[in-house]
Amino acid sequence: MRPFKYSKTNNVNTATQMLTVNPTAKFLAGGTNLLDLMKEDVERPNELVDVTQLNLVQIKPITNGLNKGGVSIGALGNNTDLANDAIIRQNFPLLSQAILAGASAQIRNMATNGGNLNQRTRCQYFYDVTMPCNKRAPGSGCGAFEGINRMHAIFGWSENCVAVHPSDMCIALVALDAVIKVQGPKGEVRSIPFVEYHRLPGDTPEKDNNLHQGELITAIEIPKNNFAGKSYYLKVRDRASYAFALISVAAALETEGTKIKQVRVAMGGVSHKPWRAMEAEKFLVGKIADEANFKLAAEAEMQMAKPLEHNKYKIELGKRAIVRALMQAMNGQKLNS
Amino acid sequence: MNDDLQNLELSEDEKKLYEELLPDDINELSDFGAQRRHFLKLMTAAGGGILALQMLGAQEIFGHPVSESAMSELQAASIENSVKVAFRVNGSGKSLTIDSRMTLLDSLRERLQLTGTKKGCDHGQCGACTVMVDGRRVLSCLTLAATCEGKSVTTIEGLSKDGELHPMQAAFVKHDGFQCGFCTPGQICSAVALLREAKNGEASYVTSDIRSKPRSLKLSDDEIRERMSGNICRCGAYPNIVAAIREVHSGKEVAQKWQFVSENTKQIVRIDEKIKTIQ
Repeated sequence: MRPFKYSKTNNVNTATQMLTVNPTAKFLAGGTNLLDLMKEDVERPNELVDVTQLNLVQIKPITNGLNKGGVSIGALGNNTDLANDAIIRQNFPLLSQAILAGASAQIRNMATNGGNLNQRTRCQYFYDVTMPCNKRAPGSGCGAFEGINRMHAIFGWSENCVAVHPSDMCIALVALDAVIKVQGPKGEVRSIPFVEYHRLPGDTPEKDNNLHQGELITAIEIPKNNFAGKSYYLKVRDRASYAFALISVAAALETEGTKIKQVRVAMGGVSHKPWRAMEAEKFLVGKIADEANFKLAAEAEMQMAKPLEHNKYKIELGKRAIVRALMQAMNGQKLNS
Repeated sequence: MNDDLQNLELSEDEKKLYEELLPDDINELSDFGAQRRHFLKLMTAAGGGILALQMLGAQEIFGHPVSESAMSELQAASIENSVKVAFRVNGSGKSLTIDSRMTLLDSLRERLQLTGTKKGCDHGQCGACTVMVDGRRVLSCLTLAATCEGKSVTTIEGLSKDGELHPMQAAFVKHDGFQCGFCTPGQICSAVALLREAKNGEASYVTSDIRSKPRSLKLSDDEIRERMSGNICRCGAYPNIVAAIREVHSGKEVAQKWQFVSENTKQIVRIDEKIKTIQ
């Protein structure tokens, strides 16, 4: 690991200013992704600003404004506390389930909520400094595009980058229309709809998201919804636990009689950003909530997919995963056993 | 030894260290190359020059104590981006001056001589380095020691009390929850934390009803496996690890699936061998 200066602060303004004064500094929260990448010489900050002492850990109901009835989640709380919070488990069980599908207990204890959003979109070529990677070294080429790309994207990739965003938590958040609150170095605050936060690779795969240098995520807000009784997070992976998703699906439904009033479908393991399955959603609104329609919705979404050499299996797997997740959501969160 | 080196003078830091380490020789200390060579030889023999002091601790290398203050002054001078950090390890206060890059894992093993915590992958994939910080299991390989200021760390060395093994340690022995043993300290720390998580009603991905209010959980074997998935055992002792955890978690005795070879069995083996020899 390259030498770096370690700084810490318990003041949000100071933290954001420190990253403006030194543009090669980075925030350190849980460190589960950043330190690993520093050990691999992929990330090379010359200063880490430890933000874990900032008072941004509360999870609280939103009592006024646009998202009234929703919940505000402090950016620096950890993933375990979020998944197990009583409000989240009761009203947003999809989020709890998605978080618990990710990583291991140890990592969830360390990883913060804001940090989860900012973990790098990545693949093995990004990690391997002897390989070309436009994300790590812009202009060097994409090793995965014509290399081994079994784990890679089927939606929204460019020839510059075919990596996928590895978060499970973010798949639930994009499905639940979350809003990200950030604060900049001059104290200015802005709200970013979750679906606009992460980026597709295009010509700038080195940028994973639309956060500016010096900006810090302070909170994540989820608006009120009626999905709690009918939601499910399905994760398909190579081993039963502690592995990245080949495909994951967050599904949430609100029904009126037999018909679908509102629906959310989002997918992980398929794109550079958490993928909102808009085609599937569009198809389902107003339809009867049954397997036949779920299959048609899955077809509608997956017909836009463009697989690479080794991940053609994700098309059929994706279809079946969408149907299964929606069926499970109709049954509540309870697992088939 | 390079001739150029012999002609160098000792730096202030080096003189100070020399004083601490070899007080009888200090009066003979001169600027002659021979002395310099003697000093450097000592350092090199000890395992890598000045760096060795940061990594191993002078007490260990030279076999006689060096004052803490002298150590920390020397270290602060020779460590790039040094950070002072004070935290508790297994109940006792520790104060260290470290390179900002040093992980909690390396500071436990290389500075505090607590080598029970193992370095497996060093990348957060295997769980061998699992310790508890403020009661929660974390990966010490991905934790910077600098971030542990004021925290309380529990390692495998801190689990036994008054010479008695922690019940989880005893259960791992009873159920043969290991083969090579390298992952075991991490497995046990992880399992001890798991007990508390279940008691607090913390859910896992396989918990059947996420929405119900958190309350103390009775874990199935599937739950135990899911909750232990961050600890890899290359020997494949998983069934025995699950049995050990199930016993401590449930408080009910679980029959062990192995036994020592009895005298009777030994005799049979011996007779078999004799027959083979005769044949």
